[in-house]
Amino acid sequence: MDSNTIIIGLAGVLVAAAPLLFAVIGETISERAGVTNLSMNGTILLSAMGGFAVAVSTDSILLGFLTGAGIGAAVALIVAVSSITLKQSQVAVGFVLALVTRDLSYFLGNPFMGLEGPRLPAWNIPLLADIPVLGPLLFQHDLMTYLSYLLVFLAWLWVFRTRPGLMLQGIGERPAAAFVRGANVNLLRYAYTVLGGALVGLAGPLYSLSVKAGWKGTISGLDGIGWIALSITIFGGWNPARAAFGAYLFALLQWLGLVLQPSMPGVPSQVLQVAPFPLMILTLLLVNIGDAEWVERTLAAMPEGTRRFFTKLLRAMRASPPAALGVPFESD
Amino acid sequence: MTKNSRWINFGFQLAALVLALLFTTLILLAAGAPPLEAYKNIILGSVSSLDKISNVLVTWVPLLLASAGLLVTFSAGLWNIGMEGQITLGAIGTTWALRLMQDSTLPPALVITFAILAGMLAGAFWAALAGALKTFGGVNEIFGGLGLNFVSTALTLWLIFGPWKRPGVGSMSGTEPFPETLWLPMFPDSRLSPWALVIAVVAIVIVYFMLQGTYFGLRLKAVGKNFRAAYMLGIPTWQYMMISFILCGALAGAAGAVQVTAVYHRLIPSISSGYGYLGLLVAMLINYQAAWAAPVALFFAALNIGSIQLPIVLKLDSSLSGVLQGMLVLFVLMVEGVRQRLMRRS
Repeated sequence: MDSNTIIIGLAGVLVAAAPLLFAVIGETISERAGVTNLSMNGTILLSAMGGFAVAVSTDSILLGFLTGAGIGAAVALIVAVSSITLKQSQVAVGFVLALVTRDLSYFLGNPFMGLEGPRLPAWNIPLLADIPVLGPLLFQHDLMTYLSYLLVFLAWLWVFRTRPGLMLQGIGERPAAAFVRGANVNLLRYAYTVLGGALVGLAGPLYSLSVKAGWKGTISGLDGIGWIALSITIFGGWNPARAAFGAYLFALLQWLGLVLQPSMPGVPSQVLQVAPFPLMILTLLLVNIGDAEWVERTLAAMPEGTRRFFTKLLRAMRASPPAALGVPFESD
Repeated sequence: MTKNSRWINFGFQLAALVLALLFTTLILLAAGAPPLEAYKNIILGSVSSLDKISNVLVTWVPLLLASAGLLVTFSAGLWNIGMEGQITLGAIGTTWALRLMQDSTLPPALVITFAILAGMLAGAFWAALAGALKTFGGVNEIFGGLGLNFVSTALTLWLIFGPWKRPGVGSMSGTEPFPETLWLPMFPDSRLSPWALVIAVVAIVIVYFMLQGTYFGLRLKAVGKNFRAAYMLGIPTWQYMMISFILCGALAGAAGAVQVTAVYHRLIPSISSGYGYLGLLVAMLINYQAAWAAPVALFFAALNIGSIQLPIVLKLDSSLSGVLQGMLVLFVLMVEGVRQRLMRRS
C-alpha cells in the first residue's frame, strides 16, 4: 500500500466516523444528564429514512437533515416524558422505542426504497485543503464531517470547561446537590435529552444522504449501528473526547477489516463483518472488569510490581457511569 | 387489590390499546393506506382458514418459548436481550446433532430427541456466556447479549456458506434439508407439529409453577427485586443469576430446535426470526405475569401472520404488526406512569 492509498483510506475513516460521532456525542450528553436513550438503533434508522424521504421529495438536503434532527428530538422527548415525568424504566421505554422506530422506518420507507436521492456535496475548505497530506486527510470532505470535528471539541468544552457544563455533570451525578444549587433538574434533563436526541437524529440523514447514500429498507446496512454507538458511549466513559476516540477507532478497524480481507483468504467475510461486535464486548469487559470482586482478589494476591502495573492499567481503562443515570429525581 | 381498582386498571389498559390502535391508524393514513381495509386483512389473514390458524400456532410456539424463558430472567431482574442469539444457537446445536446422527442406525425418535436436547444445551451455553460476562466481567447483559446476537448471526452465515454448505454452492436458502424421517411428526398438510405445541405448553406451565409455587422462584424474585437485600439475606445471588440465564437459554434453545426440526427442517440465515425481541415485548406487556404469556403471545403471533397479507393485498410493508405491538407496550408503560402519578396525587 503506498502512502496515497493510506491517506485516502484514513480520510474515508474520518468521513465514515462522522455519523457515529453525532450519535455518540448525542448519547453522551443525554446520559451525562442522567437519561439513557436506548432507542438509538431505531432512531438512526427512522431519521435516515425520514431525512432521505424529505430530501427526495423536496430536493433539499437541508430539510432532510432538519427532519432527521426533528425525528431524533421527538423520539428522545418520548423517552424523557416516560422516564422523567412518568417515572417508567428507561431501559424498557428505550428498548420498545428502538423496535417501534425500526419497524416504522421499514413501513413508512417502503415507497422510497431504491430511489435516487440527493447527496451531500463535497466542499473543500479554501487554503486548508491545499496543505499536503493534512489537506486531503482532513479538509476535502463535506460540511457535516467538518461539523463532526467541531462537535467533539464543543461538547468537550461544554461539559468540562463551562459553568452550565458543570451543572450538566451535577444533574447526572448528584441531582439533589444540583437542585440545592438552584438547578431545575428535570427541566435540564428534558433539554439535554432532546438535544442529545436531535444530534443522534442527525446521524440518520448523514448516512442516507452521504455515507451510505439511499434508502434500501432492511438491507440499508444501518440496523445495528445504533447498538454499536451505545457501546462506544460506554467505552468513551461519558467523556466526549474519549467517545470520539472510540468512534474513530471503530471506523478504523472496520476499514482495516476491508483492506486486509484479500490478504486473509482463510477468514470468511462474515467473520470480518462481525469482528466489531466481539471487539465491542471485549472493550466493555476491559472498561468494567476492574470493578469485579474476583479481579480485586486476584490483584491482591499478585506480587507488588505486577499488581501495581495491572491496577494502573485497569484504572486507566475503567469508566464509571454518571451516578444518577436512570434514576428519577424528586425535588421533595 | 380491591374490585374497584382492578376495574380502573383494566380501564387504563384498555386506553393503552385504544391509543396504540389510534397511532397505528394515523401511520396508515400517513402512508396513504385505507386503515379499515388493512385491519380487516390482518384479522382475516390470521383466522380465515385452517391453514392460517395453523400458521399462527406455528409462530406461537417459539414466541411462547421465548416469553417463558424471558419470564425467568426478568424475575431475576435481568434484561436478556441476547435471546435472539440463544435461539439461533439452539438451531445451530440441533442442526449439528442431526447432521451428526442422520446416517446412524439410531431410531429417528431418539435422534430428534437428542437433537432438541443439543439445541437446548447450545442455547443455555450462549446464555451462560452473557451471564458470565455480566457476573464476572461487569458487562451489562444488554450489551453482552447484543454483541453475542450479532456473533451468532455471523456464525450461522459462516456455517451455511462454509462447512455446512449445500452440495455445490452455498446459498441464502440455508443448509440441505433433512430427510422427512428426521422431522417432528406434523399435522397433515401443515408446518404445525403437535409435539412442538406440547413442548411450548409444558415449558410455560413449568415456568408458571416454578415462579409462583417454589422456593427457588421466590428467591429468584427476591434477587430481581432487591439484589443487595437478597445478598444480605444469604441468597447466593450470582449463582441465581447464572441459573436464570441458563434456564432462559435452554428454553430459547428449544425454540431454535423447534424451528429446525418442525418448521424449516434445515438451518436458514434468519432462523430466530425476531422471536427473541418479540418475546421481550410480550413479557413487558404482561407485566411479567406468567399466566398471561400464552394468550398475549397468541395475539402477537396472529398479528405477525395476519400482517403477511399487507404486502400481498395492499402493497404495504408487513412491519406494521411490529409498530402496533411496540406501540401497545409503549402506551401500556406510559399509561401505567399516568395512573401512578394520579394515584400519588389523590
